[in-house]
Amino acid sequence: MLELSHITKIYRMGGVDITVLSDVSLKVQPGELIAIMGPSGSGKSTIMNMLGCLDRPTSGSYRFEGREISSMTDDELASIRNVKIGFVFQTFNLLPRFSALKNVEVPLIYSGVPARLRKERAMPLLQQVGLFERMDHKPTELSGGQQQRVAIARALVNHPPLLLADEPTGNLDSRSGEEILKILIGLNQQGVTVIIVTHDQTVAARCKRIISVKDGQIIDDRGQP
Amino acid sequence: MNFLETFRVAFEAIVSNKVRSGLTMLGVIIGVMAVILLVSIGAGAQAYITKELTGMGTNLLVITPGKTSMRGGFHPPSAGTVRKLTYDDSQALRRRAWLLTDAVPLVFGTGKLKYRNMGRDIMIIGTTPEFQRVRNLFVDTGSYISQGDVDSKSKVVVLGTKVKEELFGSENALGKVVVLSDARYRVVGVMQKKGTSLGMDIDDIVYIPVTSGQELFDTDSLFEIIASTPRAEDVDRAIAQIKDVLIKRHAHKEDFTIQTQGAMLETMNTILGVLTAVLGGIAGISLLVGGIGIMNIMLVSVRERTREIGIRKALGARNSDILAQFMIEAITLSGAGGVIGIILGVGLALVIPVFVDVLPTSVSLWSILMAFFFSAAVGIFFGVYPARKASLQDPIQALRWE
Repeated sequence: MLELSHITKIYRMGGVDITVLSDVSLKVQPGELIAIMGPSGSGKSTIMNMLGCLDRPTSGSYRFEGREISSMTDDELASIRNVKIGFVFQTFNLLPRFSALKNVEVPLIYSGVPARLRKERAMPLLQQVGLFERMDHKPTELSGGQQQRVAIARALVNHPPLLLADEPTGNLDSRSGEEILKILIGLNQQGVTVIIVTHDQTVAARCKRIISVKDGQIIDDRGQP
Repeated sequence: MNFLETFRVAFEAIVSNKVRSGLTMLGVIIGVMAVILLVSIGAGAQAYITKELTGMGTNLLVITPGKTSMRGGFHPPSAGTVRKLTYDDSQALRRRAWLLTDAVPLVFGTGKLKYRNMGRDIMIIGTTPEFQRVRNLFVDTGSYISQGDVDSKSKVVVLGTKVKEELFGSENALGKVVVLSDARYRVVGVMQKKGTSLGMDIDDIVYIPVTSGQELFDTDSLFEIIASTPRAEDVDRAIAQIKDVLIKRHAHKEDFTIQTQGAMLETMNTILGVLTAVLGGIAGISLLVGGIGIMNIMLVSVRERTREIGIRKALGARNSDILAQFMIEAITLSGAGGVIGIILGVGLALVIPVFVDVLPTSVSLWSILMAFFFSAAVGIFFGVYPARKASLQDPIQALRWE
């Protein structure tokens, strides 16, 4: 489904080239549940951005469902993010002015779904994450766990085959974190490919495959199918 | 992303920051209001002048002594006089320039008017009976100056209504004797009420025979001759006739100036047109400043909402979606400011003349449309830079923004 081959990413900062990823190769099959682990600055977030089509590699190739990403235009990348990928962030990243329902509708706006249908499609997802009663609440009126559930509903609204979660439990207490993790694992059981970036061993232990990253390289890849 | 949705997002962003949006719009509101108001005042003045000049009577020709190269416009009646215009000149024009319906001799100036213990300075016009017809000013009670009065240099006076009321109140003025610059005049008539024209109170004038006027102002010349033709097409030929008659009488020299009402109107309109354009231009500058205010606020808004931009991009917004969102926000700000400015500008333009009668206004559709499109254009022009900045944000950097 996803194939990174010999990916290198170099940032230029203040005239100095910083190699963030060097020669990273990685294959992901549909339906996998993967944890990417590593200390901060190891390059795991860059791998995540690369997989999420938010960033292009400096060299190497990234094929998403067989299509080469590195040669795509910004608009094509936007469309892939919109339809094929759901994002869950550590800081939830909900739009503060919008209600939970409106937040879930945002990806549908960019897929050109008319307003009336958007509501119909967003509401079942809020029900699925157990927030149907709170759909008119603004993010500030929700707890962290509830905000993250809204974010998951938003990530799923276009039924993407890939869900990318960047430290999804990092800002949550253990009980809410556990709830979120259960939802993500449940989604994986329904067939969604889930990749979680974390440095929490207990979170990683729940995933079938654990990829360890250090100094811009994959140093360990356990549980490949 | 469809237009309605983009508009709604922009609207929500504007409403969520009411004070800032309001202050930003205020710049455009004041600009648009100023454009409409000042253009309306300029256009109003033009319309007023046109109405007043044509209201004086149609197809007027004013002959003044002295030749000036200036075309149209006003100059002092005695400027550069070589030979005086005389009462006989006016009589000759009446007899020989057959295209003219009238050729009315005029002397005018101020003098002291006294009745019993009341007295003050007043505008005095010395003329002939035809003045009534030429200027559309008619006597109400009693009679006007007659040709007989002119011929015999009678000391008779016709009062404007204001003068009459001041001196006599409801009393009958006819037959009373007043003192005009130390000479005794008998009141023979009172004029119809006319009001103000071109800043002059028509009801605050007294009329005496032109011959008596020449004596009063101690001159044997006329200050001007007002002539009129029945048809506008005849104006040019009438000018030729006047020249023909007067040049012969003035030793074959053209030592007088003929101004047509059309030329005067044209001059006034040119002056007022320039004035209106200057005022509108100054108001336009304030609209431009308002536009810069919009750009400033949009730049702040883009910076503040960097994270929102990152989120939207991660969720599938294309660069053009973000561009559209911020553009429409800027255009909505300026457009709403424009509409409010138009309402206030038109409102003030309609209200001002009610309270300040020397400021007539005329609201024209084109000034409204121009102000509106200009304000929308300001929104587009000053919205492009911030919106482009927003749309080109790198999604990763934007998502990391705190």
